[in-house]
Amino acid sequence: MSAASPTHALLLATLLFAVGMLGVLARRNLLLMLMSIEIMLNAAALAFIAAGARWHAAQGQVMFLMILSLAAAEAAVGLAIILRLHSAGRPTLDADTGNRLKG
Amino acid sequence: MSDLPFILFSLVAAVAAIMVVTRAVAVHALLYLVVVLLSLAGVFFALGAPFAAMLEVIIYAGAVMVLFVFVVMMLNLGRSDRDRERHWMAPAVWIGPALLSGLLLIALCTTLRTIPPTAASDTMAPIGPQSVGLLLYGPYVLSVELASFLLLAGLVSAFHIGRNIRGTGTGEP
Repeated sequence: MSAASPTHALLLATLLFAVGMLGVLARRNLLLMLMSIEIMLNAAALAFIAAGARWHAAQGQVMFLMILSLAAAEAAVGLAIILRLHSAGRPTLDADTGNRLKG
Repeated sequence: MSDLPFILFSLVAAVAAIMVVTRAVAVHALLYLVVVLLSLAGVFFALGAPFAAMLEVIIYAGAVMVLFVFVVMMLNLGRSDRDRERHWMAPAVWIGPALLSGLLLIALCTTLRTIPPTAASDTMAPIGPQSVGLLLYGPYVLSVELASFLLLAGLVSAFHIGRNIRGTGTGEP
């Protein structure tokens, strides 16, 4: 069995997803949490690509495009919220003090 | 099938992802995230998806990461932020999340073991952009429209949240 088989790619996707979840759970910095979410989304995209390679279908890359647009929208909105929180007088990016957005 | 690039890119992606979640300085984590995305593009290429690999490089490692860099520059992080981050990353903090994600990793890996190995993986030809485009503008045109709706919603909400960010105007909704 070739090393570049879709099963190994799924293994890598699993590992990346677990690392991203570790980052989301353990970090308190909002920016680092967003980066970890990006890692998790990339793991999901890799799983789609691997499945598309397994059955030799282009639908995996179609779903990759959907994940790509989702990640772009999520990054834009999340970073805007971070900037808004920062300008609302928060000295840190602590996720535990996210109650100062005021509307 | 290209074995060696796949293994190399996978190793680089895994190590860089671990480095992303353990860095104290946000810019260092961001640069490691760019490494993760570029090596994932290499993995996509080795899996026979050159269109997805190029999109990963252009949109993820290009556009989205530029957005992150821009926000890190606007946040003006300094030495005190790094020290606070080191304080937040005490070893006791990592026990619970590491247990949970280790459990998830074990569960997913045991699920992966039940998948039968692929029969003819040596016959994997690359799936070019032409077949993807034919699918996108054929049966999946509604998904493309929905993705454009999503991007428009993201644009409008980012503009709405981010406007008046210095508190100069009085036009609150």
